[in-house]
Amino acid sequence: MRTFIYFSIGILFGVVLFKSEVASWFRIYEMFQFDSFHMYGVIGSAVFCGALSLFLLKKFQVKSILDGEEIRIAPKQNVWKRYLFGGVLFGLGWALAGACPGPMFTLLGAGFWPVLLILFSALLGTYCYGFFRDKLPH
Amino acid sequence: MLNYFLQPWPWYIGGPLIALVLFLLVWTGKSFGMSSNLRTLCSAMGAGGKVPFFRFEWKRQSWNLAVAAGTIVGGFIASQFLSSTTAVALSTDTIEKLYVFGFTDAGQSFMPEYLFGADMLSQPKSWLLLGMGGFLVGFGARYAGGCTSGHAISGLSNFQWPSLIAVIGFFIGGLFMNHFILPFLF
Repeated sequence: MRTFIYFSIGILFGVVLFKSEVASWFRIYEMFQFDSFHMYGVIGSAVFCGALSLFLLKKFQVKSILDGEEIRIAPKQNVWKRYLFGGVLFGLGWALAGACPGPMFTLLGAGFWPVLLILFSALLGTYCYGFFRDKLPH
Repeated sequence: MLNYFLQPWPWYIGGPLIALVLFLLVWTGKSFGMSSNLRTLCSAMGAGGKVPFFRFEWKRQSWNLAVAAGTIVGGFIASQFLSSTTAVALSTDTIEKLYVFGFTDAGQSFMPEYLFGADMLSQPKSWLLLGMGGFLVGFGARYAGGCTSGHAISGLSNFQWPSLIAVIGFFIGGLFMNHFILPFLF
């Protein structure tokens, strides 16, 4: 049952990523060229609505609907190097492959098979991070 | 109405619906982060044998794999049944710039044929570019502890300043690639 709920949320996410064109390589290129408001509108309105809903969840101390536990959002670490360096590397890849992890899955379902190459190399990249983790500045 | 639904959705529909996904995941006691699935998949494939970073109870993350599986199915449904056109209505400036790169399908298709078409299999350069891009996305997302969903959407919505640093990083890297490296690659 729970798996089905999360699977359904995923379907909604996949449909939205495709229909709002966030998964399009072209839209990512256009965003970094500042040629269109589209991507900024999507991200901006998502953050605006997201902030509003998280604020309300916290204000009314809403409990998790599935198990009644307190809703807790994991804090991020109080450092900056990993976020900046990791962020820059991610950005380089995002602008090149035109796909971040969510859209990778969407594009796979939409039948763009070369995305498998992106996905496998993203897994390799994740593995390499884990391998060199202790040697990297965080 | 249906006709409108089958057209590409404007930003003011897409953005709030992404926020709805964030809301549903938080409301059910989870979090919004797609790149975590890459770590989970590495663990599931046995990466924990050699690297401690992948030694965790990955099965507790199976809910997120279900989200990822749904995302795949959602992409299938949207492209097969919910789209009267998959052409992306790009700005004319972008279409002109991409034309110079030789991307003549800009504005007419969802993805560039050069990188994602059937012929790309015979183009070693396309392999290399997608492979490099994917590697950087995977490495960078884990290094930064999140991707667009975890930092740009979830983190900024929660006013977490580390996420703001990560998003600034995304744009430093993205702008550099887009303006200074891509022109030399195509």
